[in-house]
Amino acid sequence: MKVKVLCRNPDDYVRETTRDIQRVPRNYDPTLHPFEVPREYTRALNATKLERVFAKPFVASLDGHRDGVNCIAKHSKSLSTVLSGACDGEVKLWNLSKRECLRSVQAHEGFVRGICSRFCGSSFFTVGDDKTIKQWKMGPPGYGLKEEPLNTILGKAVFTGIDHHQSEGTFATCGQTVDIWDELRSSPIRSFSWGVDSFSCVRYNPVETELLASCASDRSIILYDMRESTPLKKVIMKLKSNTLCWNPMEAYYFTCSSEDYNLYTYDMRCLDSPVRVHMDHVSAVLDVDYSPTGKEFVSASFDKTIRIFPKDGGHSREVYHTKRMQHVICVKWSADNKYILSGSDEMNIRLWKANASEKLGVLTAREKAALHYNQKLRDKFQHHPQVRRIARHRHLPRGIFRQKRELKEIKEAQTRKEQNVRKHSKPGSVPLVTEREKHVVTVVE
Amino acid sequence: TTTTTTTITTTTTTTTTAVLHIQYSTQQKSMCVSVQEGSEDERKHTKLLEAISSLGGRRRMKQTERSEASLQVSEFSVAADGAGEKVELSDLLGTMEKTPGAPNKTKKQLKNLQNRKDTLELPLSKQETEKIQRGVAYKKSSREVSRWESVITQNQKAEQLVFPLRQDPTGHKRMEQVVAGWKARTPLEQEIFSLLHSNSQPIHDPVLTPVEEASIKAMSLEEAKIRRAELQKARALQSYYEAKARRETRSRANCEYHRVQKKAKRRDFLKQFEEMVKTDPDAALEELKRMELSRMQERMTLKHQNSGKWAKAKAIMAKYDHSARKAMQEQLEINKDLTQKLAVPSEDEDEEKNGDEEAGALPDFVNDPEPILDPVNPWMRGKLSKEEPEPEEEEEEEEEENEEEKLLREFERKRKLREDEDDDLVPVPQEEENQSKSLNISSLQNDKVDEDDKDEEEEEEEEEEAEEVVSEFNSLFNRLMKSNTTPAVPDQNEGEELLDEGLVRVQTMEDLEALRKDRTNEANQEASVPATDTPTAPESASEPPNKKKRRRKEIDLKKVLTKQATVVKVPLAPTVLEEEEEEEEVHTEQAAIIKEAFAGDDVISDFLKDKRKQEEAGRPKVVDLTLPGWGEWGGLGLKPSKNKRRKFRKKVAPPPPRQDKKLPAVIISEKRDASVAAHQVSQLPFPFQNPTQFESCVRTPIGQTWNTQTTVRKLTAPRVVTKMGAIIEPMSREDLVPKQKSNEAKRGAAILLEEKRERGKKKGSGGKRALQQKKKKMQKQKKTKE
Repeated sequence: MKVKVLCRNPDDYVRETTRDIQRVPRNYDPTLHPFEVPREYTRALNATKLERVFAKPFVASLDGHRDGVNCIAKHSKSLSTVLSGACDGEVKLWNLSKRECLRSVQAHEGFVRGICSRFCGSSFFTVGDDKTIKQWKMGPPGYGLKEEPLNTILGKAVFTGIDHHQSEGTFATCGQTVDIWDELRSSPIRSFSWGVDSFSCVRYNPVETELLASCASDRSIILYDMRESTPLKKVIMKLKSNTLCWNPMEAYYFTCSSEDYNLYTYDMRCLDSPVRVHMDHVSAVLDVDYSPTGKEFVSASFDKTIRIFPKDGGHSREVYHTKRMQHVICVKWSADNKYILSGSDEMNIRLWKANASEKLGVLTAREKAALHYNQKLRDKFQHHPQVRRIARHRHLPRGIFRQKRELKEIKEAQTRKEQNVRKHSKPGSVPLVTEREKHVVTVVE
Repeated sequence: TTTTTTTITTTTTTTTTAVLHIQYSTQQKSMCVSVQEGSEDERKHTKLLEAISSLGGRRRMKQTERSEASLQVSEFSVAADGAGEKVELSDLLGTMEKTPGAPNKTKKQLKNLQNRKDTLELPLSKQETEKIQRGVAYKKSSREVSRWESVITQNQKAEQLVFPLRQDPTGHKRMEQVVAGWKARTPLEQEIFSLLHSNSQPIHDPVLTPVEEASIKAMSLEEAKIRRAELQKARALQSYYEAKARRETRSRANCEYHRVQKKAKRRDFLKQFEEMVKTDPDAALEELKRMELSRMQERMTLKHQNSGKWAKAKAIMAKYDHSARKAMQEQLEINKDLTQKLAVPSEDEDEEKNGDEEAGALPDFVNDPEPILDPVNPWMRGKLSKEEPEPEEEEEEEEEENEEEKLLREFERKRKLREDEDDDLVPVPQEEENQSKSLNISSLQNDKVDEDDKDEEEEEEEEEEAEEVVSEFNSLFNRLMKSNTTPAVPDQNEGEELLDEGLVRVQTMEDLEALRKDRTNEANQEASVPATDTPTAPESASEPPNKKKRRRKEIDLKKVLTKQATVVKVPLAPTVLEEEEEEEEVHTEQAAIIKEAFAGDDVISDFLKDKRKQEEAGRPKVVDLTLPGWGEWGGLGLKPSKNKRRKFRKKVAPPPPRQDKKLPAVIISEKRDASVAAHQVSQLPFPFQNPTQFESCVRTPIGQTWNTQTTVRKLTAPRVVTKMGAIIEPMSREDLVPKQKSNEAKRGAAILLEEKRERGKKKGSGGKRALQQKKKKMQKQKKTKE
């Protein structure tokens, strides 16, 4: 038999602590809560406004280099450790949480062209203008001992870049050729050349770890397989690309930063045209790095800005700049998807938040819930003009702004001209060429 | 010496094999020279040697010296020259020709080979080979990379992605997992470890065997629950079916015997009748008449219609008693058999069953007066169509007979056995008729009573059989009758209803209406005709009116449109003068058509109406805000005072004049509000396909005010979740593998489950055995009852 009893359970109405808010029984009857769309709209508007108010991405500047920072590398096992090489051949190890330099090494004579850490995080490699590859211990030398590399390889030509394999003791360098080295040997185990005399960048694919890609000075991007004796394919573009980066979550996508102010995302299985053209920079793009989630990437440009692009978006979602930051030469996205590091001409390394308005530190559950709700609201109403206007508003230095306007005009003029030419010529003689197809010259097999 | 020189000259011309001979001869010669002649000869000899050596050309003789012991010593105690040299193919081929043993075929082939002059092709240039290599390598690597496609698309579609991708499973770890990562470091620990090793003690004692581990992995709690439910269900089903089977076997033993016997009797009767037809047609006719009479009687009386006392009693019992239900059905069957004129009871057992079911389902139909059947209509002919393959069936029946005889014999035997058993055992009286009997009644009496029972039963049976026989005869008679009537009636009505062909050509609306009138008359006539001739006739009678109705709905303009149709005149200039008359006709036709088409379309007045409507809608309305009962008495039948109403009737200020006030031919919508427009989306955003989609997306609230806690949490879940301070490693090949692993685990689980099932089956079979034993017991009990 079921006996119905009136009961009052204190758990239903008593708060757990005095800090907690009072428990209120709620009635979700929609008639009691009218105007849901306008109310949410105002909330969304407020959320976007607050987001812009709290958008303060700059975290810290690490100074200490005596020349422009030419390359940065992340430590593969420690989030707080960062390596940087400068144009005067000095390599510095930084602790990000303390924002101080742990160690500095005069690694090379001339530029430090490339730097990378070993997959285990116990040592790192540098290449420089003095035609040497040097391996260094990550830890400081013992007391009273001099800073000396673990290993030095003398090469025949200048090395311009280096990258280490994801899980094996091999690394790749580029210079006049792309070489694959075994850590234990003093000569390359394989060297690729394909009618090109110099390369600017070589990168391992982090997912399919035997694949490589390099940017060459003849405006081409060349793909390699470490196991093969020949390169795989190359695509020649209108202008030279400076660096490239593989997507760490999507094995066949890579993005290259080009001299023509754009970035191009390619699918390595189909090099005929890029999957996406990302444009917003107003000067040559010098470096690019993917976020570890593979959803976004950051690019550093000669126009003194950093931009963050969604991987499948044509335009940037964020632009970072400061008054003192000059040409940004290198950029890296931290392995926890929270920060961005940029090294620039004026000898500083800057630390940025990847999400400009994100609150740092531990959040309470309620804070988190509120943030999630606001984020969702912003997404929901992102197409509404007022919300969009606020959300998309960014400040730009005057120079860049002018350049941007100028570029826009140029582009408009070009399209207008093209249209006119098409209008006044035989139909079909001036074909429509999409933006993606414009920038590829040929694909060479 | 002359002889020697001659020999030399001859030998020098020969091949290298002759060199040895030369050496030999020269040595001999030098010996004899030293003996016979002086220094002159020696000089000559050296000259000669030089000459010989010059003859050899390149092949300068090498003075072979034997300085140490060797295996290769010629018979002339001189080291063999060229012993260690390589043998070339050409040398061997040379000897081949000389050897007589070699077959001619190979010789020919060799010659051909030597004579061939075409060269091998040049290898591809380095560039080309490299290109090919590159192409192959690229294809290979791109194929390799494409493996990730599924993972990537999956991640792109995922509602939420949690990074890092590979996270350690939360919760407690087992002892071995913790211990596995630990190493002996201190000397004491090492010592202990070495001791353990020396005694071959297991260090990491696994608590669970790998199989158990797999089963634990495979069977989560939910799965286990589902599995248990399945097993329960299966068990329940099994028990149900077993019970059913038991019941059936119990009842069948009785039924089958009677059925078989009845069949045999029927057959006998039929045979007799046929013989009678041949031998004594008058008697047969009489028999037929008798049958006809019985049928008539049956139709007149309510004997087998389950309306009697017995039937009513049975009907009450039928709900609970299977046998009662069956008895009722049999009654109905008999009724059906007797009354149906053309129907023939089916002879197969299965069909009989079906007949039973049908009889149960359609008793009313059976009692209805028989409709006048149409020979063309297959639906009205009953079961006649089934009887065409008769001769074959008869043959089969003969075979069946044997089987049935066997069966009968078996039944007889069983009966006898049972009776014997009954004789032996003391019966337990449970039936109503035997209630009065006490336990101490003698077996003789028992037998008598049994016999009485049997007699009763037999009487009943006989009655039934007689009826059945009659029905059988009915069927036979019908068959005979049918053979006269069956010749196919010519298809008169075929095609009549498909097309309505006629001479009238319908072109205008008036024509159509006129046609409709005619057709309605026809239809009425058709409907009045009773549905006697064809089965399709009622369909034809019913269909056309429907069509007409539809047409009426479509066309009847006069009812719909009350307005006078404005005539639209279309200027049509004649292009050809000669065919003016025809043209005119066409024109008038066209005009008529257009007139018809645009009849009632008064566009301007419609537009004006529309505009007026919108204006009225835009005009402000007086708002009545009076509340009854405020400031005065209120209640049923009381209305607020005029004064108050006047006071609270609010007139809204008139809106600004409409934009289209002075534009008679334009309606400008006043709905657009400039102040709101700034907040409205002007274009449909990308992922949405239509405005309603977008609107519904915006309209659903996601906040806590409108949703419960859990739904809010679900709705506001972020797309990407990262863990603070955790390094997000790039995707690795292991991320591809886990699926296969999990599959394997599942497979393992499946295997385990199968094993269990098998075990269960064994148990089940054991259970079956027990059931069989039970059955036997039951049968015994039954026997005792009988």
